Amino acid sequence: MSEISAEQVAHLANLARIALTEEEIEHLTTELGQIMQAVEQVSEVATSDVAATSHPIPLHNPLREDVPSDVLTVDQVLSGAPEHDGTRFVVSAILGEEQ
Amino acid sequence: MARAALMDYDEALERFEPVIGLEVHVELNTATKMFSPAPNPANEAYHGAEPNTLVAPVDMGLPGALPVVNATAIRSSISLGLALGCSIAPSSRFARKNYFYPDLGKNYQISQYDEPIAFEGSVEVELEDGRTFQVAIERAHMEEDAGKLTHIGATGRIHGAEYSLVDYNRAGVPLVEIVTKPIVGAEADAPAVARAYVATIRDIVLSLGISEARMERGNLRCDANVSLRPRGTEKFGTRTETKNVNSMRSVERAVRHEIQRQAAILAEGGTITQETRHWHEDTGTTSPGRPKSDADDYRYFPEPDLLPVEPDPAVIEELRAALPEPPAARRRRLKAEWGFTDLDFQGVANAGLVNEVAATIEAGASPAAARKWWTGELTRIANAQGTDAAALAEPAQVAELAMLVEEGTLTDRLARQVLEGVIAGEGTPREIVDARGLAVVSDDGALVAAIDEALAAQPDVLAKIRDGKVQAAGAVIGAVMKAMQGKADAARVRELVLERAGSEG
Amino acid sequence: MSDLIRLSAADLAAKLASGEVSSVEATQAHLDRIAAVDGAVHAFLHVNDAALESAADVDRRRAAGEELGPLAGVPIAIKDVLVTTGMPSTSGSRILEGWIPPYDATPVRKVREAGMVPLGKTNMDEFAMGSSTEHSAYGPTHNPWDLERIPGGSGGGSAAAVAAFEAPLALGSDTGGSIRQPAHVTGTVGTKPTYGGVSRYGSIALASSLDQVGPVSRTVLDAALLHDVIAGHDPHDQTSIPDPWPSMAEAVRNADVSGLRIGVVKELDSDGFQSGVRQRFHEALELLAANGAEIVEVGAPNFEYAIAAYYLILPAEASSNLAKFDSVRFGLRVVPEGGGTVEEVMAATREAGFGPEVKRRIILGTYALSAGYYDAYYGSAQKVRTLVQQDFASAFDRVDVLATPTAPTTAFRLGEKLDDPLAMYLNDVATIPANLAGVPGISVPAGLAPEDGLPVGVQFLAPAREDARLYNVGGALEHLLVDRWGGPILSQAPDLSTHELMATEEGVV
Repeated sequence: MSEISAEQVAHLANLARIALTEEEIEHLTTELGQIMQAVEQVSEVATSDVAATSHPIPLHNPLREDVPSDVLTVDQVLSGAPEHDGTRFVVSAILGEEQ
Repeated sequence: MARAALMDYDEALERFEPVIGLEVHVELNTATKMFSPAPNPANEAYHGAEPNTLVAPVDMGLPGALPVVNATAIRSSISLGLALGCSIAPSSRFARKNYFYPDLGKNYQISQYDEPIAFEGSVEVELEDGRTFQVAIERAHMEEDAGKLTHIGATGRIHGAEYSLVDYNRAGVPLVEIVTKPIVGAEADAPAVARAYVATIRDIVLSLGISEARMERGNLRCDANVSLRPRGTEKFGTRTETKNVNSMRSVERAVRHEIQRQAAILAEGGTITQETRHWHEDTGTTSPGRPKSDADDYRYFPEPDLLPVEPDPAVIEELRAALPEPPAARRRRLKAEWGFTDLDFQGVANAGLVNEVAATIEAGASPAAARKWWTGELTRIANAQGTDAAALAEPAQVAELAMLVEEGTLTDRLARQVLEGVIAGEGTPREIVDARGLAVVSDDGALVAAIDEALAAQPDVLAKIRDGKVQAAGAVIGAVMKAMQGKADAARVRELVLERAGSEG
Repeated sequence: MSDLIRLSAADLAAKLASGEVSSVEATQAHLDRIAAVDGAVHAFLHVNDAALESAADVDRRRAAGEELGPLAGVPIAIKDVLVTTGMPSTSGSRILEGWIPPYDATPVRKVREAGMVPLGKTNMDEFAMGSSTEHSAYGPTHNPWDLERIPGGSGGGSAAAVAAFEAPLALGSDTGGSIRQPAHVTGTVGTKPTYGGVSRYGSIALASSLDQVGPVSRTVLDAALLHDVIAGHDPHDQTSIPDPWPSMAEAVRNADVSGLRIGVVKELDSDGFQSGVRQRFHEALELLAANGAEIVEVGAPNFEYAIAAYYLILPAEASSNLAKFDSVRFGLRVVPEGGGTVEEVMAATREAGFGPEVKRRIILGTYALSAGYYDAYYGSAQKVRTLVQQDFASAFDRVDVLATPTAPTTAFRLGEKLDDPLAMYLNDVATIPANLAGVPGISVPAGLAPEDGLPVGVQFLAPAREDARLYNVGGALEHLLVDRWGGPILSQAPDLSTHELMATEEGVV
């Protein structure tokens, strides 16, 4: 299971939107294989009778009341933008379609 | 784009069985968003806000921001689930659906994945001819909407755009996605069932008051899955998912189009590509979008920033008790109460005027009169003005008008004039009657004087009446009505004419 | 060196309250210290140019007779993982260089509301991924005990700032040990509160189900005082615990270990730990036993799987949390040569903006979540989490607190483990279980390892919501050890004045 190919790493990099260099892919392929080999041991004890925990502390919190607050001004919204037109963010042409 | 070949609809149905599945997204009209306290543009009060003015840190994915679930959105979702006949999960969870897209501030969408809040329901939908069809609901789950992209370039479309603008006002708008089970057995009615289903969802959310439910604004959005299987086979065919279908009529047309398009391909020995298709309102056709592929790896995992949704069973029961009557049951009850024929009721229902007629009857009008005014004069004027009848007058005003006719204060002709005044905003029907002096003259003295004058002016007619040719009285009645400027009850005039003609002898 | 910077936060607060010292004086003293030594230590990424103004404001309010909190006027350093208005917040990453957030993180807001004076933002491993602060995009922080060594991580900046007397207090964040392990290697105190005890709102998320913000200080009482300021329910964080908290400072003031049952986790008391680390650990236990505590050995068989589970859960959650850095709304944008689609711009930005450790973990997390692997990796890791919780639960059936060495070794040399991620990950073996289970932990100084003269910490762990027990046992141990040493451990740290000279000459500040 821990056999990871360079193609797989390239695919993961694409999913994660990181334009890794060939060298990085090569390096990560080796590292990832080693790391996965080390962490695979979780499946030894993760038997079907063990429940998964996603929240460390079980809680029952009140939900948020439906009252407006915390609205940012347009200036605040755009304050960190690499590019904007005064009201909206500007991005270069989009290749893919929305999902 | 080459126009796809289409098979004749009847032939397509002869050779293939359509299976459809519908995904309807309902934008809730809560005051704030699903996971942030920013105002919700799907609420009427915030409609049309300037770009990026309804944004809290979490809506634009600011580092460190955290989502918190809106209590009202949960209640609305439970109500909707119950209205769809669904079971409400004692515990449901949000998950992250991971994909990069510039309208998605966090580059993941918070949605319910394997644990929806509502599941396994059923709704009865009614076709235009009154036949009903049961649609099974797979699930209803909560999620958040994405922001809005505007593509700038020659075409205004995504392809060929030079750059795009991003507005996050819509990001985080609460959505409930309702997914049907595969709808099998609708046969040639499949497109009509699809339309009626969306109309039913619209009726339900409106009766619950949880969405503005305006398709043209995207409050209600439908994705239609269509597949065909050759007659006599069991296995479902490959399906396409048509998006961007934003009117009831388009839902019907899009399903019909897909059936015809797929049938043509299959008949040629071709295969259907599993893909998203886009509906084009103008041409009535669909075009291919992105293919579904293995590359779609959304890497769902439970949203660690949110706790499971565990509604208090008492709250669920409270919401269940407060549910309005289901639209189909309500229609059956009203039809019986009003004593309408199937045809009469369908006329009202298909015009989308059930609520208006009901309210008018509630306000005192007779069912027949309420139906007559709404499907008659008001619909005629609405069509001429290109608007909805419902937008022209209040049910209370129509009821008052109908009652004025019933008590004899107005004739139908006068009432139409009063209605014009109502539509023009001149006041209530009674105020308009008074202001315009339109009431029927019920003083016999004035009528008798006018009749005597008319009879004197037409001695030949008088003679004919006296000879027993009663139908000749029409000419005199016409003259009297004209003299009274229409403000007389023609039946009463006729009685008096015959009386005066007789008494002369 | 001004005496003001040597004071504990509690003592400084007393002088501020009595009017003996003004906040402006105290703040200035710390700013001077930063100017003098930070060129060598590099604990700060940004020094707050509004610090004196804030200090003057507190002084004015105090003069006007306003009722102020116990730490009002005390300066504090803030880990760069927390977003702050008016100060850049980068989380140690190039991708957020220069970004000034439009809102304050809740712990920052609480600190400001308490009248504390933010001195600036401290260095950290990029997005808190690391145990050495060497993964900061802005260069490593140096351990004040030995500038050639790491200050721990990811919160090396906060720990070093406190250890170097650049700040009496600091805020940190702990996902797998990022508060406790730096405390261990710098001779300082650090607490990871119960998960949900302190709001995560405004803490740039690494792994949402593991992250927790907490105090960094030189004394246990100081940590407790700061803990009391930042703890409490926050409606902006749905995972925040709604119940009220007892005073941690009271727990320190009333510290008493007589009758306290302390469990020693046998799996974390092994040959894998440096001998000096184990030696000081056992001396600490003996001291506590001599003062009435009962020492019990307990087993935690599933702890050996904790690191593996952690290095699946953390990268998985991080890969999703870090997706927001995409060049659209804030931060860096890198356009490929000759332009490109938005997809290409995103990919180029993330390639240029993230360091190697961040890319490594994002790819690892993407893999762990991807279709077909979820059950084997992420799903299994979440099950291990349940097993680790069960180990804690059965241990806490028998004892009140658990004790372990905080980390296997003293501070290692800068660069020593940089090319060996697996070795680096093993540093967190003792601290990770607490994050997986959500329980609180504290690291307090236990002395110096005889073999290298470097600080060693002892870690105490308590059941969820029982953070006060940590302050009780930590406060008691500190009291006993300071008595034995004849003064705080940091008085044994090397004098950085030579570095003051070096820094001034190089003009690094």
